[in-house]
Amino acid sequence: MGGLQKKKFERGSATNYITRNRARKKLQLSLPDFRRLCILKGIYPHEPKHKKKVNKGSTAPRTFYLLKDIRFLLHEPIVGKFREYKIFVRKLKKAYGKTEWSAVERLRENKPTYKLDHIIKERYPTFIDALRDIDDALCMCFLFSTFARTGKCHVQTIQLCRRLTVEWMNYVIASRSLRKVFLSIKGIYYQAEVMGQLITWVVPYQFSHDHPVDVDYRVMATFTELYTTLLGFVSFRLYSSLNLVYPPKLDSNGESEPKEESEDDYAMNSESYLEKLSALSASLARVVSSADEEEAQLDQFPSEGEDMEKMEAREKELKQQEAQKKLFEGLKFYLNREVPRESLAFVIRCFGGQVSWDKSVCIGSTYDVTDETITHQIIDRPSVGKQYINRYYIQPQWLYDCVNAKILLPVEDYFLGVTLPPHLSPFVEEKEGDYVPPEKLKMMALQRGEKPGNEQEEDEEEEEEEGEQEEEEEQEEDDNGDEEDDEEEVAEEKNLKKMEEQRSQGKSLHVKVTPGKLKVENKARLEQEEKAEEKRLAIMMMKKKEKYLYDKIMFGKKRKVREVRTLPLR
Amino acid sequence: LDIRNTVGNIPMEWYKDFPHIGYNLDGKKIYKPIRNKDELDDFLDKMENPEYWRTVHDKQTGSDVVLSDDQVELVNRLQRGQFGDVNFNECEPMVEFFSSDVMIHPVTNRPADKRSFIPSLTEKEKVSKLVHAIKMGWIKPRRVEDDGRGRYYNLWASEDSSILARHKMHLPAPKIPLPGHHESYNPPPEYLFTDEERALWEQQDPADRKLPFVPRKYSSLRQVPAFSQFIHERFERCLDLYLCPRQRKMRVNVNPEDLIPQLPKPKDLQPFPTTRSLVYRGHSGLVRSISVSPSGQWLASGSDDGSVRFWEVCSSRCMKTVQVGGAVKSVAWNPNPSVCLLAVALDSVVLILSPSLADKQVILSSERLLSAQQEGEEPAEGNGSVVWSEAEGEELNQGLRLKIQHPKAVHQVVWHAKGDYLASVMPDNTSHLQVYIHQLSRRRSQNPFSRNKGLVQCISFHPIRPYFFVATQRSIRIYNLVKQEMTKKLQTNSKWISSMAVHPGGDHVICGSYDCKLSWFDLDLSTKPYKMLRHHKKAVRGVAYHRLYPLFASASDDGSVIVCHGTVYNDLLQNPLIVPVKVLRGHVMTHDLGVLDVTFHPTQPWVFSSGADATICLFT
Repeated sequence: MGGLQKKKFERGSATNYITRNRARKKLQLSLPDFRRLCILKGIYPHEPKHKKKVNKGSTAPRTFYLLKDIRFLLHEPIVGKFREYKIFVRKLKKAYGKTEWSAVERLRENKPTYKLDHIIKERYPTFIDALRDIDDALCMCFLFSTFARTGKCHVQTIQLCRRLTVEWMNYVIASRSLRKVFLSIKGIYYQAEVMGQLITWVVPYQFSHDHPVDVDYRVMATFTELYTTLLGFVSFRLYSSLNLVYPPKLDSNGESEPKEESEDDYAMNSESYLEKLSALSASLARVVSSADEEEAQLDQFPSEGEDMEKMEAREKELKQQEAQKKLFEGLKFYLNREVPRESLAFVIRCFGGQVSWDKSVCIGSTYDVTDETITHQIIDRPSVGKQYINRYYIQPQWLYDCVNAKILLPVEDYFLGVTLPPHLSPFVEEKEGDYVPPEKLKMMALQRGEKPGNEQEEDEEEEEEEGEQEEEEEQEEDDNGDEEDDEEEVAEEKNLKKMEEQRSQGKSLHVKVTPGKLKVENKARLEQEEKAEEKRLAIMMMKKKEKYLYDKIMFGKKRKVREVRTLPLR
Repeated sequence: LDIRNTVGNIPMEWYKDFPHIGYNLDGKKIYKPIRNKDELDDFLDKMENPEYWRTVHDKQTGSDVVLSDDQVELVNRLQRGQFGDVNFNECEPMVEFFSSDVMIHPVTNRPADKRSFIPSLTEKEKVSKLVHAIKMGWIKPRRVEDDGRGRYYNLWASEDSSILARHKMHLPAPKIPLPGHHESYNPPPEYLFTDEERALWEQQDPADRKLPFVPRKYSSLRQVPAFSQFIHERFERCLDLYLCPRQRKMRVNVNPEDLIPQLPKPKDLQPFPTTRSLVYRGHSGLVRSISVSPSGQWLASGSDDGSVRFWEVCSSRCMKTVQVGGAVKSVAWNPNPSVCLLAVALDSVVLILSPSLADKQVILSSERLLSAQQEGEEPAEGNGSVVWSEAEGEELNQGLRLKIQHPKAVHQVVWHAKGDYLASVMPDNTSHLQVYIHQLSRRRSQNPFSRNKGLVQCISFHPIRPYFFVATQRSIRIYNLVKQEMTKKLQTNSKWISSMAVHPGGDHVICGSYDCKLSWFDLDLSTKPYKMLRHHKKAVRGVAYHRLYPLFASASDDGSVIVCHGTVYNDLLQNPLIVPVKVLRGHVMTHDLGVLDVTFHPTQPWVFSSGADATICLFT
């Protein structure tokens, strides 16, 4: 036979992938630069289907990138900037070595910088794409904004993160888009619905961090670089969608004017503006001062049957949402100094409440403790000295629980010094067969408008359900092992055995004829048993592969059922 | 200036060895003063001379000089850091020569330098260097300070379709799962860890843990501390984002019910044994082997207690007990209905019993068969190791007729379908003398194999054709007895075969193994198992086919007998249909052993099983 011999690894999947090291060499970048490039451009490794083929017969663990991706990186202008920066560093070192200070100064002034705008545009071609991916950006910026301004990263980065997070919070307040809040042991989770996208972010509690040593801050800093750019552009767009001025300005003719006189006590002039913004107590200035937004009314479309039902459900949901947005409207809160001010102020303002605090805590307080119109005072200490009669003294959890329940919960459980009811996660949506904590059932009852008096019924229902479950479980057990016999049969067997033994030992029997008992056959049960046995026999005939899969599925199901059963027993 | 000595400013020790110390202006030598002052003189001088303190030694001339008052005063002033001249005023007002006032006359009358009129050369060099650097692009004009960061605009003002095309393949990173009730700072009490769970959590490897943190309960928000792993978690997320390969995984939602194969209902496959109807008690040791007479009326069982018992099947009555004096390994009823004989294997002997549980005719014919070759008896050539002997005396009364003495312990004994030949197994790894085939009528024994092919586990005759099945540890060999060659070798894919049964049609073989498997071979199809059945949880001890009904059964150490329906079609294209129909339990586990042997009734759909609990059960 003629023809050229085909060489191995010159076609097929081996040519579609490239190892990390070869990619790095192709781009002529150092490993940290390559890493940064991958982070900024969103390039991640790929797992080939046939690793050995791609790895040219070797089974050594390697990271593979798609060759297409790397080719795409070749055209990236940022790569040139990286090289420029490398040269800059080299020149600077040289100038330092020669003690040419004027050269050092000149080089410093011309330090190469780069912009990430085009990368953002490329990675997120539409605004919705960007919004969908903003979760991580928010988490990271909130984390970086809590860093101390020494060490770990540049001060400018921290300041920028702080500025962006404050802008974001102000936007959420202005658009009233916060939906859920959750106090976890890690931090406070918030969920907002912005332009139809659910956006969740977590804010750590206000403590100084002890920085772990096994974390590469360069990686985090690169991500933050990207995220700050992304968040900035998203904020701009969001602000402009609400006709708000960007960068945000405080509304000068707002109804709740922060006191001006004590401004100088807090910060320098340059910083005080951001501080005032971050106080979250004042509303923002608008480009077009429109007094009220007209509510978007859902148009009625003529529809039938299921569509109708769906429409109604949607309408109902919308109404509920509207009600939630105005949850704290008309309430006046005062925060004691021991509660987390920023989080509470954010939540209260998101739902239309008025909030203030002691003027020594933070800038931007609007009224004093002595204000008679205060309805709730948030407090997190066992007792308080002077109490005003016409306001509730409430622990902070009440606010968060109200937000999650979408109604104002009864305040009695959250009074000063009272043991708090459990705080549940609003993110858990129980499916059928899942365990629902009793507190949640109670809350659902409240939402439906029932009084807490008729809980009893609920409990009974629940018990019934549990009973059913147990029965089912029993059957399951029947399926598994069929040692189960009716007790009567066992007794009879024993009797017979005894008789036989006696006979074999040659003893005379007490022969007695007892009237026979009619055995009642439970037909339904018999049928069920037969079915179960059939199934068991069929399972025996399964193929090995299918049996494995089946066992796995059944194991998972059983574990779930078991968990549901054991949880309330604790 | 001192000109009394003209030697100049030289070290005076150069004149140390001379009588003079230099020369005066006239060139005459200056002689050293004649000095004979020693330390004592010096001291006396110091004590007595009032001028001593102002006397100074002059090195130049070598003479002592007494200072005058003026000179002493000068020295004192200099020592105090004052000017030597008493009249000098150091605080005189300054006269400003170089002031802003332009004077008519120059302060100095020096003419200006030439270099102040011509351009500087060094400056020119420097400038030309800079110019060159600018020309070459080495030096750039100072950049206008613009803070690129923090300046935002409407990035998505215009949609770019070219990017969208590339973006289609983009996989957005999955979001972080949302927190559950466990993570609350004040969770419901049932979500907190119990002590055991906590201990388990601490023991587990961080990768195996179900929750990456321990749920905690705080009575108020004030007491919640910082989460120490916060930065860590964010960092891990970052790593996931840029290091993890992403793949679209289609999650198939399998309904487990769909995985169960659709089999014909056992109800439709009746008859098969379903209930335990009789228990045969009487043995005191484990019952190793059972066998049913061809008529189906009698059951023989051999036990470790050294006895062979004969039972009437229908009444479970023990008709006869024969003490053979040794643990019985195997019993086999002669399949020929016209004779009534039982072969029993124990130790190294195979006994032929005539239980006389039949018509007189049958008993007579069997006696005739045994005595047929009595007169022409001669020891078989070359098989001196096997000795045939007649039973005598008491043994004869018990029904013992023949003893076939083997060189090694016999494990199994089987009859040929015709009832004249029987084969015995002596498992031994090292020799080729593992199987003997005995002919009863001629009292002859022969070893069919000349070579050792592995440890023989069990053997069987083909029910119709002259084939012989030998199961070694892992495979089954089929020999053609007429042509005296191996025709097939079946690979069982199991570790250690325990038992084997041949379908009455002769085209199918089942074989059980100690690794819980039962393999069904279709001899026309392949030498690999047509089906592997893993029904049992423990070692399979015995397998059996029914002679008439499409049934087979397997007995196992887990105490169960599983009866399966196995229809075999004459059509070669249709594969056998195998359906398990019933799991029978009736034996008690004893010493980790369950059911040891299983056999079917020859005519009825009944199955017998013997167990380690010294009983035999009949399932009908």
